Amino acid sequence: MNKKVIVYSTRTCPYCRMLKDFLKENNIIFEDYDVGENREKLEEMIKKSGQIGVPVVDIDGEIIVGFDREEIKRKLGL
Amino acid sequence: MKIYELIIIGAGPAGITAGIYAARKKIDFIIITKDIGGQASLSWEIENYIGYQFITGPELVEKFIEHIKEFNVEIKENEPVKKILREDKIFKIISDKNEYLSKTIIISTGRKPKKLGVKGEDEFKNKGLTYCATCDAPLFRDKEVAVIGGGNAGLDAVIQLSRIARKIYLIEIKNELTGDKFVIEKIKNIKNVEIMTGTKIKEIKGDKFVEGIRIEKEGKETEIKVEGIFVEIGSIPNSEIIDFVEKNEYGEIIVDCKNRTSFPGVFSAGDVTNVFAKQIIVACGEGAKASISSFEYLKYI
Repeated sequence: MNKKVIVYSTRTCPYCRMLKDFLKENNIIFEDYDVGENREKLEEMIKKSGQIGVPVVDIDGEIIVGFDREEIKRKLGL
Repeated sequence: MKIYELIIIGAGPAGITAGIYAARKKIDFIIITKDIGGQASLSWEIENYIGYQFITGPELVEKFIEHIKEFNVEIKENEPVKKILREDKIFKIISDKNEYLSKTIIISTGRKPKKLGVKGEDEFKNKGLTYCATCDAPLFRDKEVAVIGGGNAGLDAVIQLSRIARKIYLIEIKNELTGDKFVIEKIKNIKNVEIMTGTKIKEIKGDKFVEGIRIEKEGKETEIKVEGIFVEIGSIPNSEIIDFVEKNEYGEIIVDCKNRTSFPGVFSAGDVTNVFAKQIIVACGEGAKASISSFEYLKYI
């Protein structure tokens, strides 16, 4: 039932904030990695998404680049 | 369908300020916007917003949000407006999700980054090339990068990157940097910054990700190796959503000193307009004026 949600973000990016606020408002539990600090997770993000830009969200292995509210809702079944 | 007294389009400094003023006047209104903060949330070091000797863009925007949340304002976020139409004496606002009606509108949609227009730009977007230094700078730790544009936004990106990247090439097409003298002096003293003026970008090169750029200076072409490219060459107004108000040659919405456009009931504020000085503090003032102006107008219709 509960999907595994991973957020890759930087501290300064406004869309990352919007994304995380949205997840919190919907009571979604997620792991959050600051890829500005965590190089290993940065590499992981680039590998998963094929691009260099934040935010990236991984929902049970499905990758969404940017804060695409509708797509995230669909993937989470909200 | 409900008819609002006012709809504010865009929630940057101008739109948020307009919203706070409208809330205090108890106008029946909503804000419809792509995001909150707009370009302000993308600037890094702000040292000219009164009351804060130093604050970052994201922090200042947090303060704005905190302030507007004091009033029960309905903000429809992540909902870009596509078109504004006139219907009789009211306006129809069409977003990517919905339609709304209002007696007056304030357009405070700001600006978006200008593109370089060179080969490889679209191909390598988010593959090393970015228009948002504030978002993506931390991803280029210990890398060599180029910042394109020597205006204030470019200088701001350089300062931010100077603590992250190994080396920064600051590339400006004109023969000198055009940003604030104070900041230029600061940058000249940063060791890992190489300033290249009179230099034109010809092509972005790479395979899966950015690997370099081809540049031209005084007729001679060379290549430099970079993994990141930050484009900061200015902006264009987000004014295409309306076609029945007058705009200037740059596409900016023309407003008078009361923020009235050429069409009654349509007000505009901030960087999308022809106002002199595209500054956060100016945009806030303009937003306040537009809100008061629409309130006055509503009394007489």
